[in-house]
Amino acid sequence: MLGYIDKIREIGERLFTDGKVDVVIGFAKGSMPMMNEPMMARSSGDLQKMVWDGNCGINLANYLTNRKEKIGIVAKGCDSRNIVTHIIENKIKRDQLYIIGVPCKGMIDRRAISKAVPGEVTEVIETRDSIRVKGRDFDETFDRGDVLQKNCAVCLHRNPVIYDELVADPVVEQTGIDRYEDVRKIDSLSTEEKWRFFDDLLSPCVRCYACRNACPLCYCPTCFVDESKPQWVGKGIDDIDIKTFHFLRAYHCAGRCTDCGSCERSCPVGINMRVLTKKLEMDCKDLFDWEAGLTLDKRPPLDTYRPDDPNNFIK
Amino acid sequence: MDFMGIERDRLHLSWISSAEATKFIDVVGEVTAAIKALGPNTNFVKNKAKAA
Repeated sequence: MLGYIDKIREIGERLFTDGKVDVVIGFAKGSMPMMNEPMMARSSGDLQKMVWDGNCGINLANYLTNRKEKIGIVAKGCDSRNIVTHIIENKIKRDQLYIIGVPCKGMIDRRAISKAVPGEVTEVIETRDSIRVKGRDFDETFDRGDVLQKNCAVCLHRNPVIYDELVADPVVEQTGIDRYEDVRKIDSLSTEEKWRFFDDLLSPCVRCYACRNACPLCYCPTCFVDESKPQWVGKGIDDIDIKTFHFLRAYHCAGRCTDCGSCERSCPVGINMRVLTKKLEMDCKDLFDWEAGLTLDKRPPLDTYRPDDPNNFIK
Repeated sequence: MDFMGIERDRLHLSWISSAEATKFIDVVGEVTAAIKALGPNTNFVKNKAKAA
């Protein structure tokens, strides 16, 4: 994964010289360790600022919505699936895009690392299989596999599903993984316990909407929580309003979410709201045999009708 | 909804034609009975705004 950047720069350079794109979307080093930020390179000079390592977890498809220019975009497996969703939903045209596919081995969970070390992380050195973290009084090395983002650990589509060019050979996909263990665990709780579980899960939420803003699916010009005529949901941090926001946002992602983990990654208080979207993802898989963003040729289950759609809930 | 801790029986979906008065009556009866059996939902009730 670490050698990718040279190839990304090389491809970017070529795209600019050939005049194929106006902008290349990728990642730049952030102001803090383990916090790379998205960047738009508009010239080959900008490309030098681009980086690629295990901290590029944010989903770049988010920056494509309704853009008019020609774009080169660096895409991991999940980004590429969200690009497919964007194309299906007419938010961008395929011929506007030059997709630089990046086979991905999973991104680092910065929270897991911060929690595991005694102080503030000031330097991170990444190698192929390990992450070395340095701070004032410590210097520790982690196995890459142990500190992956939770969604990356259960990812089944590490290679881009759509691309114009790959920066490296595809990586081996993970197999034999139970993606929905956590969801099933919640499912087995009683009604009261479930309610308490979500009470607990969502109690730190401050309604900053970072999850919504980082989500490539949340592109509505006016989100339902921002509407005032009518006002669907209270704007404060009342428990019920917080829950309404999270529950409804999850519903809006049904059959579209690729579990890229941007929501959880961007959350300032580390809420795992992915259990909600994952439940809907699991249902889509069970009921419609559907996984979001794998192909341009099929319409998503929620905008098609099939005579054999499950309908036993209608009495 | 089940997943979020709201009982399944609180939401009913039925397809009733305007000509099916008897079905309508039956369904309304069923819905009321199911919800009465569950009792009021106290979880999704918003308390009055706490004074600052």
